Amino acid sequence: MSRRPYLRKIERHWWLRHRRYVVYMVRELTSLFVALYCALLVDGLVRLAQGQAAWEGFVAAISSPLGVLFQLLCLVFATFHSITWFAVTPKAMPVMVKGEAVPPWTIVTAHYAVWAALSLLVLVAAGV
Amino acid sequence: MNETIALEVLRYNPDTDREPHFQRYAVPYRDEWVVLDALTHIKDQLDATLCFRWSCHMAVCGSCGVMINGEPKLGCHAFLRDYRNGVVRVEPLDHFPIERDLVIVMDDFMAKLSSVEPYLLVDAAKPLGEGEHLQTPAELNLFKQYAQCINCLLCYAACPQYGLNEGFVGPAALALAHRYNLDSRDTGKDRRAEVVASNEGVWECSFVGACSAVCPKGVDPAAAIQQTKVSASLDWFKAFLLPGGRK
Amino acid sequence: MAKSNKPLLWLPFASGGLVAAFILPVLILITGLLVPLGVVHLPYERMFAFAHNPLGKLVLFGVVALPAWHAAHRLRMTAHDLGLGGGLAVRLICYGAAWLMIAISAAALLVI
Ligand code: SF4
Ligand code: FES
Repeated sequence: MSRRPYLRKIERHWWLRHRRYVVYMVRELTSLFVALYCALLVDGLVRLAQGQAAWEGFVAAISSPLGVLFQLLCLVFATFHSITWFAVTPKAMPVMVKGEAVPPWTIVTAHYAVWAALSLLVLVAAGV
Repeated sequence: MNETIALEVLRYNPDTDREPHFQRYAVPYRDEWVVLDALTHIKDQLDATLCFRWSCHMAVCGSCGVMINGEPKLGCHAFLRDYRNGVVRVEPLDHFPIERDLVIVMDDFMAKLSSVEPYLLVDAAKPLGEGEHLQTPAELNLFKQYAQCINCLLCYAACPQYGLNEGFVGPAALALAHRYNLDSRDTGKDRRAEVVASNEGVWECSFVGACSAVCPKGVDPAAAIQQTKVSASLDWFKAFLLPGGRK
Repeated sequence: MAKSNKPLLWLPFASGGLVAAFILPVLILITGLLVPLGVVHLPYERMFAFAHNPLGKLVLFGVVALPAWHAAHRLRMTAHDLGLGGGLAVRLICYGAAWLMIAISAAALLVI
């Protein structure tokens, strides 16, 4: 009898093995679109600093079919980010009231309420 | 009552096998049987060489963890009836070296578990004469869930970060550290932080959440780890901002 | 083992995740749909006035810098998940891109 432990290495495509890991990977890849949209915002700030003509060029660019398509894609992933982020917040920051844990559902709902209120505020400020 | 169910069991004999391989067995199907019963049947009736761990047969001892059709489960907690009309693939827990057949080497976990000192640490022990250490139900509620861990290692098998980086302290050990950190009688949080808040501690976690999904005892290691990240971050900034805070 | 300085990376990651979750969808809705549809207009004077205001600057900077950092940190972790390693190159690309965005947006806001 000899000891010769055999280690099976994790596969490179481990995240394809279970739905749970695929959802995780999609959640992580939302960050790619967050980054790309941030880049768009940075571009907007630069154009704003450059003056009126540059800014109007920026507005035209984000209104072009390609710009809209790209941003719709960003919107899908950003929304998925929001949903997954709020869903796990109660785990990271549980709230205790009088020695009892506030139900996770309550915390998540509160986040959705703040999300809706903030979005409304921004929309109103933008002049909808 | 002659129905059978097929089990494909990963076999590995360090003396004779170069690498693991699957072996197929036909086992009588019983509605009330769990996978552990099927393995016991194989060992008693079909093939005495098959090796696996078990003890309590009631989801308490934590020794019968295996991969069943790719999912980490307790063999005594997984009914054959949920796999009827299919093949049951039984493998040793992912991410651990295989000692033999379904038996894994768990030295790595044992070392990590003891590194977080999962027991009450107290600065100054209260003299016996001063009475018991009282704890209110509210204080107990803070950590009770985490105290249910049976060290079955299903969470390690589910955790890709542990698979990718064997240095990672991992879900159960970090959850148990959190359990004692939250205990009103314990004062060892800062000491545990040397491991828990190290590079191989909570920071390796990317919050996949698989550990909590597979835990048979309702422990939520993912939650414990995120809470530790929050509190370790606050402690870090406190130490950074307050003069003389950094040690 | 010793306590890690990771909080320096992680706290902005977590705050950025929160800011992104609350603010980005509505921003994208505006710039990507309502502006192209003509429902919302972003006239130069108003945008400039907003970005000129110190509080406006701070808000804009936070909305760009924190999510950018969040994304960089998460992408670095994901690169590791995908087996691309966590080496210097990955770090440089991810965090470097974030720092670049932070620096450019700060510079633009200072000029405005
Ligand atoms: S946390 Fe759950 S899955 Fe992990 S070892 Fe403990 S009981 Fe098992
Ligand atoms: S045999 Fe004890 S947990 Fe399954």
